[in-house]
Amino acid sequence: MKVIVIGNGMVGYKFCEKLRSMADTGTELIVFGEEPRPAYDRVHLTSYLDGKTADDLLLADLQWYKDNNIILHTGDPVTRIDRHRKTVHTLDGKAETYDYLVMATGSAPFVPPVPGIHKKGVFVYRTIEDLDAIRAYAANAKAGIVIGGGLLGLEAAKALLDLQVPESFVVEFSSRLMPRQIDEQGSAILENKLNTLGIKVLTNRNSSEVLGENEVTGLAFTDGSSVNADIIIVSAGIKPRDELALQAGLTLGPRGGILVNDRMQTSDPEIFAIGECALHNQMIYGLVAPGYDMAAVAAATILGEEKAFTGFDMSTKLKLIGVDVASFGDPFPLPHTCHSIVFEDRFTGVYKRLNITPDGTRLLGGILIGDAADYNMLLQTTKNSMPLPANPSELLTGAKKDGDANSAAVTGLPDDAIICSCESVSKGRICGAVTAGLETFDDVKKATKAGSCCGGCAPMVKDLITATMKAEGRYIRNVICEHFAYSRQEMLDLIKVKALRSFDEVIDAYGHGDGCEVCKPVVASILASLWNELILDKGNDTAQDSNDRYLANIQKGGTYSVVPRIPGGEITPEKLIVIGQVAVKYNLYTKITGGQRIDLFGAHLSDLPFIWEELIEAGFESGHAYGKALRTVKSCVGSTWCRFGLHDSVSFAIQIEERYRGLRAPHKIKSAVSGCIRECAEAQSKDFGIIATEKGWNLYVCGNGGSKPQHAKLLASDIDSETCIKYIDRFLMFYIKTADPLTRTATWLNKLDGGMDYLHNVVVNDSLGIAAELEAAMQNLVDHYKCEWKEVVESPELRKRFSHFINAPEEKDPTVKFEKMRDQKRAAEWK
Amino acid sequence: MSVIETSITWFYACNTTDVPTNGGVCVKLAEEQIALYYFARRNEWFATQNMCPHRQQMALSRGMTGTVKDEPKVACPFHKKTFSLLDGRCISDDAESSITVYPVKVIDDRVYIGIAKELMEV
Repeated sequence: MKVIVIGNGMVGYKFCEKLRSMADTGTELIVFGEEPRPAYDRVHLTSYLDGKTADDLLLADLQWYKDNNIILHTGDPVTRIDRHRKTVHTLDGKAETYDYLVMATGSAPFVPPVPGIHKKGVFVYRTIEDLDAIRAYAANAKAGIVIGGGLLGLEAAKALLDLQVPESFVVEFSSRLMPRQIDEQGSAILENKLNTLGIKVLTNRNSSEVLGENEVTGLAFTDGSSVNADIIIVSAGIKPRDELALQAGLTLGPRGGILVNDRMQTSDPEIFAIGECALHNQMIYGLVAPGYDMAAVAAATILGEEKAFTGFDMSTKLKLIGVDVASFGDPFPLPHTCHSIVFEDRFTGVYKRLNITPDGTRLLGGILIGDAADYNMLLQTTKNSMPLPANPSELLTGAKKDGDANSAAVTGLPDDAIICSCESVSKGRICGAVTAGLETFDDVKKATKAGSCCGGCAPMVKDLITATMKAEGRYIRNVICEHFAYSRQEMLDLIKVKALRSFDEVIDAYGHGDGCEVCKPVVASILASLWNELILDKGNDTAQDSNDRYLANIQKGGTYSVVPRIPGGEITPEKLIVIGQVAVKYNLYTKITGGQRIDLFGAHLSDLPFIWEELIEAGFESGHAYGKALRTVKSCVGSTWCRFGLHDSVSFAIQIEERYRGLRAPHKIKSAVSGCIRECAEAQSKDFGIIATEKGWNLYVCGNGGSKPQHAKLLASDIDSETCIKYIDRFLMFYIKTADPLTRTATWLNKLDGGMDYLHNVVVNDSLGIAAELEAAMQNLVDHYKCEWKEVVESPELRKRFSHFINAPEEKDPTVKFEKMRDQKRAAEWK
Repeated sequence: MSVIETSITWFYACNTTDVPTNGGVCVKLAEEQIALYYFARRNEWFATQNMCPHRQQMALSRGMTGTVKDEPKVACPFHKKTFSLLDGRCISDDAESSITVYPVKVIDDRVYIGIAKELMEV
């Protein structure tokens, strides 16, 4: 059998993939594509202007076609179909016979017949070549217009934004943006968001003429108004590429599109049409997911299997210019057939509309703008006619949204619920893959293809994996690595019971082999958390992560940075001068850190002991910036100077920083103290943060900045300093005892069974009866604190470790290079 | 017929006690930087180029040593790429270049690193 595919777009490619995956190797498969390159991801086309290359966007490279025995002719469009001889003819003059022909010719942008639309500076938005042309032309553009406020139009507006065109307009004929997906209220929220990004939206505008002599200078509207611009992108919709079908005498729809039946057969049963060129049940589908479904149906039919395309849900979730926009089920049913619950927050730009049946039991569809986190669940609730909670507005506010509620929700779905609509993968298949032994998202993705296209269903797939494993009573043993069959918490208990003091003792007692870069730092950190002995002693130096091993942070080029401790961010002028003098003497780049300290960069390994000798002489000590340890306790100036300050936040910050300095933990720990509710020290973004109140202090825990910011939660309010320290002792030791390696307090809390209520009970109410033990353990660490740099500086044996060449200790690494920048030095860029 | 003959020249690097147990040091041999590792638990010595090929940093001697399924390896301190000390291949990333490995021998307390010279005879 010989199959020819016309068109190598996303859907044409998917047809090849489906045909080959259906255990079919005997079929000859030949593809003709009009574009110069193999099929690429048109959905993410805009990312091409945002740093992705054409190669990044390829769905599969040429090798894939070879491996799958597919002959691909790119840049050679089919120009004629001879149905009589069952032969196609191409522009290059090739002729090829077929048994079955699949037309995946896609669509072309619809360009409205506005006078002047062919002037220089008017573009369409569909191919990589279009984007190249737009990029070249937009370089000098001061203002741009997008004609069309649908999905693609907003993508094009994003392109203008990425190309840094200073001013841009989206022009829409109807009264709102994305008229097929969202309502007026939703459109208003979206328009607001776009405005803040510098994109102006003009609705109810009908273009009358493209202005300009030869090149575009603006666009005039039928209402007499006009807008100046030097580039116009037209994305006013699509028209199916049906000209080849027309010439071949296939039946087309009255307004275009190749007519197909449920098996994707055209009026000639040996010719199929799939994707945007096909007209099914009076619908042209302009989305990729239904096109993929059609590809699967056509492949099955050709191989003699029973499969039908019965229409497709047009639910969709996208990130448009950074704004979540989703529309599912029936976004706007007739008023008397439903009740709508609407939530709108103009301040944060969130709009949600849920349409429910008049009796309030079923969800019909809805619209989500600004926050589409619940899209998957709402879509499944709609599709599977799942019963709604007694108070359906809970669906909007997400009143119950912890992990348990999520997994309960996914287990409630029927087995045939389609979780990944791009690849039409059901819940049953995903759970089946887990039952068959797969445990990770990546493995399940590989096996089922769920989550491999747009990725929108990934969170739900992960929930399903967890829920299935839980339901089967499978327990993933949380072991450190191949050398230790224990979790970090188990290791800590074992090491403590046996009072082990070195990595070698620990691996001899509880592990096997030699250790590795995963378990060594974990064990080293546990030893430090338990005994607080010098981390470079007892052969533990080589078990430390590199930064801990050299008590400094390695930087580009192999030099180190030095951060002396400046408790609470308070420093005398004399000490500031010393830092300056040291920096000058050792030629160091200086920068103020985010934690109210000073970082000195570009120190050679062999200079470190000398630098520290001088710093220690002046009264400094290690800042532990290199360790998974307490970093900094930031403070605002507090009541000693500030007219609003309630208490002396600086003194309390210093007291706390000096108490916990050097404390080794599963991850770094940051803290802050604010002198009043204005919160200038940003204590609520820290692992533990303290804010002064009229009556004492409020203690917050488990906050985080960084890539996943999370506000700290209130642990205790209006407590005195002594109680505050007692609670911090318990909190930190409980964290150190129970957290997984490299887990910040915020993540630890998120995973902790029982969450904040449980933590509050342990720390404040002593529900486990371990409070005294935790406090004693902390006091022991506090009592054993020593500045590790002081110990190194005073030990000739340890100092010897700080040289680049073992056989030429006086020489520095000759490959280290610096460049000049703003009167200081910087590391040479690496290759 | 051509015969490739390899001759190894042994260079003195340092004494055994200069190298931290289960760790590495950097040895300067002529203008080359060579990383030397001592696996005290197995009493084995290994040597590789000091430069990590990923970002061309002179860093492997400061990396953490260990094993994977009993194969000795070193992890670069910069981005944790790991390399086999037996054949120099990058274990953590198939696309990364391999590193050069050198033979090591210990005579009394003195450690020697062998540099191969290829001599071609026709």
